[in-house]
Amino acid sequence: MARRLPPVDVVLVGFGWTGAILAQELTEDGLEVLAIERGGWRDTPSHFPTTVAQDEVRWYWRKEMFQATARETLTFRNNRSQTALPMRRWGSFLPGEGVGGGGVHWNGQTWRFLPSDFVAASHNIERYGPMQPGMTVQDYGVTYDELEPHYDRFEKLCGVGGRAGNLNGEIRDGGNPFEGRRSDEYPNPPMHMTFSQHRFEAAAKELGLKPFPGPSANMSQPYVNPLGCQLAPCTYCGFCEKYGCGNYSKASAQTTILPVLMRKPNFRLKPHNEVFRILLDSTGKRATGVMHVDQNGEEYEQPADLVILCAYQLSNTRLMMLSGIGEIYNPATGEGLVGKNYCYQVTSGADVFFDDKYTNEFVGAGALGMCIDEYNGDNFDHSGLGFIGGGYISCWTTHSRPIERQRTPKGTPTWGSAWKKAVAENFLKSTNVGSHGASMAYASNSLDLDPTYTDAYGRPLMRMTFDFTPNDRAMTAFLTERVREIAERMGGREIKLSPREGPYDSMPYQTTHNTGGTIMGTNPANSVVNRYLQSWDVPNLFIMGAGVFPQNAGYNPTGTVAALAYWSADAIRSQYLRSPGPLVQA
Amino acid sequence: MTGARVSRRQILTISLVAGGSLLAENAASQRILGGSIPWIPGTSPVPDRFDGARFLTADERRCVDALVGRLIPADDLGPGAREAGVVDFIDSQLAGPFGRGERWYMKGPFADGLKTQGYQSEYPPAQLYRAAIAALDGHCRERFDGRVFAELGEAEQDAVLRQLDEEELDFDGVSAGAFFDMLQDNTVEGFFCDPIYGGNRDMVGWRLVGFPGARYDYRDYLDHDGTAISIEPVGLSGRPAWNVD
Repeated sequence: MARRLPPVDVVLVGFGWTGAILAQELTEDGLEVLAIERGGWRDTPSHFPTTVAQDEVRWYWRKEMFQATARETLTFRNNRSQTALPMRRWGSFLPGEGVGGGGVHWNGQTWRFLPSDFVAASHNIERYGPMQPGMTVQDYGVTYDELEPHYDRFEKLCGVGGRAGNLNGEIRDGGNPFEGRRSDEYPNPPMHMTFSQHRFEAAAKELGLKPFPGPSANMSQPYVNPLGCQLAPCTYCGFCEKYGCGNYSKASAQTTILPVLMRKPNFRLKPHNEVFRILLDSTGKRATGVMHVDQNGEEYEQPADLVILCAYQLSNTRLMMLSGIGEIYNPATGEGLVGKNYCYQVTSGADVFFDDKYTNEFVGAGALGMCIDEYNGDNFDHSGLGFIGGGYISCWTTHSRPIERQRTPKGTPTWGSAWKKAVAENFLKSTNVGSHGASMAYASNSLDLDPTYTDAYGRPLMRMTFDFTPNDRAMTAFLTERVREIAERMGGREIKLSPREGPYDSMPYQTTHNTGGTIMGTNPANSVVNRYLQSWDVPNLFIMGAGVFPQNAGYNPTGTVAALAYWSADAIRSQYLRSPGPLVQA
Repeated sequence: MTGARVSRRQILTISLVAGGSLLAENAASQRILGGSIPWIPGTSPVPDRFDGARFLTADERRCVDALVGRLIPADDLGPGAREAGVVDFIDSQLAGPFGRGERWYMKGPFADGLKTQGYQSEYPPAQLYRAAIAALDGHCRERFDGRVFAELGEAEQDAVLRQLDEEELDFDGVSAGAFFDMLQDNTVEGFFCDPIYGGNRDMVGWRLVGFPGARYDYRDYLDHDGTAISIEPVGLSGRPAWNVD
């Protein structure tokens, strides 16, 4: 029998970015908040100080920074005619585990989505006519203008460096002229650009484009955030994504919230405990708490008035399925909503090789880059192109970690003396221009429970069915040509294109930008949660994270995930607590 | 779902994947945290550095040493994988948690799968090496008058490697392609890893390409503007020149 614990006001399942934000916000109202995290406590001085952080083998190649697949993974197939097999080790994406979640090992590229991204269905149908067959794109149910103050809060929390391109409607040189209206400038100046960015900027301008600094949650200068947390200037060490920052220079729950939150008397954190399911009362319309298990296999029932899922998108979706809340999406019938609209990110790029110029990309940072946004969202006319959406094009200098990166020109063998020579010649003299494209929802891509494989506890793994869609393929082909135009003008000896072709491969790392599965929308017939991220079925259950994106935009998701978390927290504080119940009438 | 009790074996798996060096800390931090930052002095988890551990037999080591020596050969440009100690790196990795596949999902059923589905062998890495080396040497003995891979000339070795790479060789009961992919990954790891892991000896891999190693502050170099930066590489435990007699 599960041991019944004393009730709390709020239980948070998972303790990364959204868990820390919700805990910080809801404890301000005096609520007693308990976060349950299946991984352990992690912090800068004890877990990733500079004396151990710069270690490729350990953190990335042996995956010590990430969730262990031995405990839980997912199964994967490209389409429903195949048999899904387990991802025995991580490849294409890297779910985090432990306090801070994936927010410990992100790069810090902190974007806002475009206003048109939130109305992707209605906007594109109005401008271009009906959607492609099989496409299940829909509006978010929340608008950019509604989220704007919450984006602003997150950028100030994180000390994001950048330059506003649209400040209260005024378009400003040097910023992104396509972005939605901003109420304030970024809290910090942009990162210090290096040779590769200068070349990208010049090439983009030659093409009549408007390059701007990528928004960065790596500190461009010392910063004290509104909570009083102090962050240190980034040292451009080139170990951001896949690593913890030893310098207090990358925004994470640890560096921006926990120093304040952990001291609050009405907050507690229970690490090394995994939530097995959300408990419902006999009506199935009210969550009574969660059941969780500790490392010794002891089970606990944790009663709570409010249950908020704050784990990674894949885990939130699976927990809904394992808890039997809502119906699992069935692509054959189109019925069910949990697991629907799984989307990803569609990337491509071009390496640029120089003869006599050193790019020295070991001098790098996760969000050090110049970008252009002319080909993102609906910033350009898609008439006759055969796709909607787009992506930004950038030259980030994130690192040159040698196990991960050996750029070689086209036609180089993959081993032997010729390979060695090409690696040696080009290691310090190359860079990359990348496209970071949207992923539009289709009925054929979805998540459900695997009929065969189970986790370490014997519970079904989630099953992912995903391949790039006709929209993705047309979009990435278009973006790759735009990448080529810029890369060819950067003054290099040659370029090597890496278009995104063939079936989606779950192994080469692409991005940890998995979205959908618990999507938001305008009514219970098209979504799992309403515009405030509140479950339509169970009103005292809220779901955070990129799982609520009905489809993914051409940007990194963290900025929007955090803005939605603040938006939801605000609705809980200002509306739900006063009158607990559905915030949107179905 | 029923709240099935967790078995002892499952608990073992769950504890193992938490990482051996973290177990003591896990026990301490399993308590409920609150009221302060749970600073636990001396808990910084240290890496599993090279300690001479061995999994491979002498003959298997000879085979791996010969293989990695062809993937990254010593040549005009300088030392290759053999000189960098890649076989020591691989051997100790196979003797540890990586070789046992401790963090990997290794539950059945096993099926061949598609290329897009990644590694699907029922063998954890150490067993994959063992089975594949036996099959490779068996193939070489048959094809080259009783000689094993390590005894072949360089041109012969390269020809066999090309066949492995292009998936023209079929081994009984073990995937030649999966072995080649893993060998190639591990060779690059051993050539460019931090020297604490036994490979990249004297930082020959880093020196070859010009990587300055485990440094954490390059602010002085941000305005390099396309010119070369010349700085000595440093590892996680410093570099030999720092040693005091």
